Amino acid sequence: MEQYYFHSVTLDKSKCKGCTNCIKYCPTEAIRVRNGKAVIIKERCIDCGVCIRICPYHAKKAVTDPLENIKKYSYKIALPAPTLYGQFGPGYSRERIVLALKQYGFDYVFEVARAAEIVTNATEQYMLNKDIKKPVVSSACPAVVRFIQIRFPNLIDNLLTIESPMEIAATLSRQEVNEKYGIPLDKIGVFFISPCAAKVTSVKAPYENRKSNVDGVLSMKDIFLPLLDIMKKQGEITSEPFSLSSAIGVSWAGTGGESSAIRKGRSIAVHGIQNVNDILEQAVQGNLDNIDFLEVLACPEGCLGGPLAVENPFIAKVNLNNEIEKIKKNQAHSVLPKHKNVNEFEWKSTVEYRPILKLDDDMMKALEKMNMIDAITDSFYGLDCGACGAPSCRALAEDIVRGDAKETDCIFKLREKVNSIANQLHQIDGTGRKADDN
Amino acid sequence: MNNVVVRDYIIPANDFTIAGEASSNVRKILSQIGVAPDIVKRTSIAMYEAEINAMIHGKGGQAHVEIDENKIVIRISDQGPGIEDLDLAMQEGYSTAPDSIREMGFGAGMGLSNIKKHSDILEINTAVNEGTTVLITVFFKQE
Repeated sequence: MEQYYFHSVTLDKSKCKGCTNCIKYCPTEAIRVRNGKAVIIKERCIDCGVCIRICPYHAKKAVTDPLENIKKYSYKIALPAPTLYGQFGPGYSRERIVLALKQYGFDYVFEVARAAEIVTNATEQYMLNKDIKKPVVSSACPAVVRFIQIRFPNLIDNLLTIESPMEIAATLSRQEVNEKYGIPLDKIGVFFISPCAAKVTSVKAPYENRKSNVDGVLSMKDIFLPLLDIMKKQGEITSEPFSLSSAIGVSWAGTGGESSAIRKGRSIAVHGIQNVNDILEQAVQGNLDNIDFLEVLACPEGCLGGPLAVENPFIAKVNLNNEIEKIKKNQAHSVLPKHKNVNEFEWKSTVEYRPILKLDDDMMKALEKMNMIDAITDSFYGLDCGACGAPSCRALAEDIVRGDAKETDCIFKLREKVNSIANQLHQIDGTGRKADDN
Repeated sequence: MNNVVVRDYIIPANDFTIAGEASSNVRKILSQIGVAPDIVKRTSIAMYEAEINAMIHGKGGQAHVEIDENKIVIRISDQGPGIEDLDLAMQEGYSTAPDSIREMGFGAGMGLSNIKKHSDILEINTAVNEGTTVLITVFFKQE
């Protein structure tokens, strides 16, 4: 379980005011305010980044690798997520952005969009398998995979068991550079340029102790200005020095990109963690048995809405769509690259159910605790005000039963108690003896 | 020591927007007390179907749920029209749902057979013009 203690999403204590904005929005109720500061319950956090977006004091942040880390390697590979192409606006084409990465100091650029096309290709083959559970649930969003591990164990078998585009891009780019230029593998540093906090966690603490092929994750926020400066000085671009992906891979950045690329069957694309929760509820209930593929992305507008993206997701979407239209015009047919061995990218092991919401390992005790939670919840006022630091009255009751909080953390309960003590004091007569109990 | 968890829910008539809330809630409770995921799923599907039936056919009703360490017992009752021919109603594909309901993707005639499939004991008491009570039992340890 050690691996679950690493999280990209962390708290900057000095900026936290102890307000209760974040606790209300966390989809796994992983945040409490204790002693005036937010505390992230590490076992519950799925790194979705909702709290980063919601915090008015910017006290939540995603830890990424500093840009200068690329200097640790003599040969540097950049893996830009397709979201990067939506960040800069008209005039800053994909060609310019990719070239700017090279001018920044990367020796090689491998678009994650190219790997996304391999995943699309592999998914289409995977969907032909008669034994798979429908709907197939996309595993592209690591926050959603972790959400399913905690909240929807019944859907673990529905997860698409193909590596993420980031991992495939890392593996392939390393191979390519090693084979083409004879660079020794240990001299190569592979860096993902990320709009996403959960991807950092996927690299530093992969599911079930797998190994990531990515050496570092750079925040799109950090590299945005350096790239913009370079592009302003670029002038006219004449050559296309890189093998660029087709429209399919680029469209993965937005919502509906992954699912619409699968040509057969019925797909649904859902984005935003609350919407994801609702559709997964439907899937568990058996209401989506006539759906073949479910694309589920934690952020609003998909990766374009990632917490490390710079541009507003709706503006980024227009930028990206313009780029996609341009690609479609230039390429008569978007041909998916046929990769020789798709099986190579299948998950070697599945992810496991993490029953962290369980009240007790002993079911008798768990039932007893459930009744205690019910009773305590009933004794509260039901305002879900959050002043105690828990997201709801029920969550506080649960914390009390788990031994992590006390009843008087509720300000109304505290007031009752203070009133009662005041009354008792009032009843003490001059001799210091207590008056009749009443 | 109180080791039986009890829940009561009101099932409103023809309100699709909150249909399934009771079964979703029960699913969360079962997960929290540590019932195996596949059993949780069976229970949830059986209860959901019964909930939908009460909503569509029974003019709404009530759900009463009792959970102990061995099993969950769900009683869903309505004061609706009752079922005329129970054997016929149990057959897959048989439905009396009006077209308006079918258009919404419900009423395919799989409800009762689906409940039977996903529960260990199913007991149905029904009387025409009086209502229907569906009693579903699911055991946590499957033989």
